[in-house]
Amino acid sequence: MKRAYLVAALGALALGGMAPAATAADTLKIAYIDPLSGGGASVGEIGLRHFEYLADQLNAKGGVLGMKVEVIGYDSKANPQESLIQVQKAIDAGVRIITQGNSSAVAAAIEDFVAKYNDRNPDKEILYLNYAAVDPSLTNEKCSYWHFRWDASADIKMEALTNYMKTRSNIKKVYLINQDYSFGQSVRSEARKMLTNKRPDIDIVGDEVHPLLKVTDFAPYVAKIKASGADTVITGNWGQDIALLLKAAADAGLQADFYTYYAGGAGGPTAIKQTNLADRVFVVLEGHANVPYAPSQAFEDAFRAKLGGQSVWYPRVVNEVTMLVKAIEEAKSTEPAKIAAKLETMKITVFNGGEGFMRNVDHQFFQPMYIASFGPLTDGARFDEEHTGWGWKTVGKIDTGDTIVPTICKMERPS
Amino acid sequence: MLELVIVSTLNGVLYGMLLFLMASGLTLIFSMMGVLNFAHASFYMLGAFFGFQLSHWLGFWPAFVIAPLAAGGIGALVERYGLRVVHRHGHVAELLFTFGLTFVVQELVQMVWGKLPVDYRVPPSLDFTAFTVFSTNYPAYKMFELATAIAIFLALLTALTRTRIGLIIQAALTHPNMVAMLGHNVPRIFMLVFGVGTGLAAVAGVIAGPALVTQSDMAALLGPILFVVVVVGGLGSLAGAFIASLLIGLVQTFAVASNASLAGLLGPIMPGAPAVVADLWNVTVAQVAPVMPYLLLVLILILRPVGLLGTRDT
Repeated sequence: MKRAYLVAALGALALGGMAPAATAADTLKIAYIDPLSGGGASVGEIGLRHFEYLADQLNAKGGVLGMKVEVIGYDSKANPQESLIQVQKAIDAGVRIITQGNSSAVAAAIEDFVAKYNDRNPDKEILYLNYAAVDPSLTNEKCSYWHFRWDASADIKMEALTNYMKTRSNIKKVYLINQDYSFGQSVRSEARKMLTNKRPDIDIVGDEVHPLLKVTDFAPYVAKIKASGADTVITGNWGQDIALLLKAAADAGLQADFYTYYAGGAGGPTAIKQTNLADRVFVVLEGHANVPYAPSQAFEDAFRAKLGGQSVWYPRVVNEVTMLVKAIEEAKSTEPAKIAAKLETMKITVFNGGEGFMRNVDHQFFQPMYIASFGPLTDGARFDEEHTGWGWKTVGKIDTGDTIVPTICKMERPS
Repeated sequence: MLELVIVSTLNGVLYGMLLFLMASGLTLIFSMMGVLNFAHASFYMLGAFFGFQLSHWLGFWPAFVIAPLAAGGIGALVERYGLRVVHRHGHVAELLFTFGLTFVVQELVQMVWGKLPVDYRVPPSLDFTAFTVFSTNYPAYKMFELATAIAIFLALLTALTRTRIGLIIQAALTHPNMVAMLGHNVPRIFMLVFGVGTGLAAVAGVIAGPALVTQSDMAALLGPILFVVVVVGGLGSLAGAFIASLLIGLVQTFAVASNASLAGLLGPIMPGAPAVVADLWNVTVAQVAPVMPYLLLVLILILRPVGLLGTRDT
């Protein structure tokens, strides 16, 4: 008897699992594969909210080509093997478009997986939209036709940061601290190379890598930074690694300038305010709340109102979704092959204003970049972060044309 | 340099004492029941989450007392209605039971508090700078963690060596049957030790939660290192666990502070790396810091299997 129940239950489960596939035709599904647990969850979760917010907006306007947009979150655990299992799960659930951002190691695994999958399954291709993994190799030696990247790659960001640092004569001793994986290593080597070129007088007094998302107390690292006498820290850390680093620096009272990629992530702003590092923490990004551009500020207001004060972290997610929708509407199809063909050469006005374009040679998106510093709001800036009363302020802007870097990508295109 | 040494020593001792809070219970349980309690770090996590929730409702100080009691109570129940039942089926079953328990606890924590880190803050009454060494501030909260850990170590040592119940526990460690023959209720002693041991792990959770990150993978991050402490210190030896905890705390902290590498060490004698070890050549001690405790574990097992202060084989 028991066994009969079990069989019935399994049968029901199997049917339940099949049901969504039947309705797939009138839903546009996007799989969001990012850390939703562990040390990367604080940023992965917020990224998901960005996509869900945009999906809600689209659905309120009647969807895309009359189809409802649905974003499904899958937990990558910031682990490449785990991510591939999730990608497979998404494909099995009928998803043809996946997006991912956190961890370049995961991105490399997915890029490779998608390329091979598409080779084996012509007419059932998968499209991979990368909103945040910035290891340069993804659009260089590893580049793939099915991968599109909306964030500026790590070398573009480092170019922008070091161009700004070049003008700051107070920088004498620099300390590099990064996560020990492909992206962290690339930040580390780019920083070293560019600083030696642009400011040979700067002394690099430390070059540290630490385990990715495993360190729970950065106090020993901060003690070392302090002992080195560094006046400036460069870090590509993200997720809890940047928040905890800033927190440990706050606890120890480390007075140094921070040049970062992701100081804006959860907990970062609070820690900066706590150490009173006004206008001493810099971040390089593609836009922020206080850029004086009416449409993005209106979006920011609505976003914060809906998500309980959460700020827009990822203007690039808005760019990605805008372009995806435009490509689908122009192609009048949700076939990844047709979407990719449209995306390849697309130009748009980006979230914070200004021209952005997708380069068809390597599928890297180029857009204006900003260097922003964090401090008390001035000059009519309206938006603070994490209720600190402090916000981002543009200290340098790089126009699209000046962000272009060469690529060695030799892309295999589908015939 | 002196500054780095002093600050690293403080940080190392602090980390070591946190490890000891957890390892003290684990080592007693291990030597009494002969079973490695895989779920020990889960009680550390429970302590942190209980501490977070209770300090949200009642304030930090009531949470500091109630959370360990609650977690310890759950620990005692687990022993009474879980482990004791499984015990009949031998050590493998016990091992699997505690192993499974880690997943159950993790899933439960995720169901209740979610997968994101919770906002567990240092209480305002301890949120100031205790003192400044050279130019580094040392937070008062860290001093509080240190003081709590030392106080508990002293209390535990006194209880085990100077009280009647301590004598019985020590006797039950080595000769459980004899102690039972003398009319003591050995199962109840086991339950007590399990409850107190998991309660101590929870104390570590309550005080470490605000300083580190309180999230559902915190047990998995810390669990493996506890076993290193127990093995290195020697089975059932509280003093051994104490020394091993401090040793691992200091080794890890100082390893992070060190910039030594093979290239630096051998550079003057043989410039240029031999091709086979080119990758290893420039790796600094700081980069391998996370592996150091496990290296210690391997070395101890080879050179002194009973552990630093242990008296019998694992």
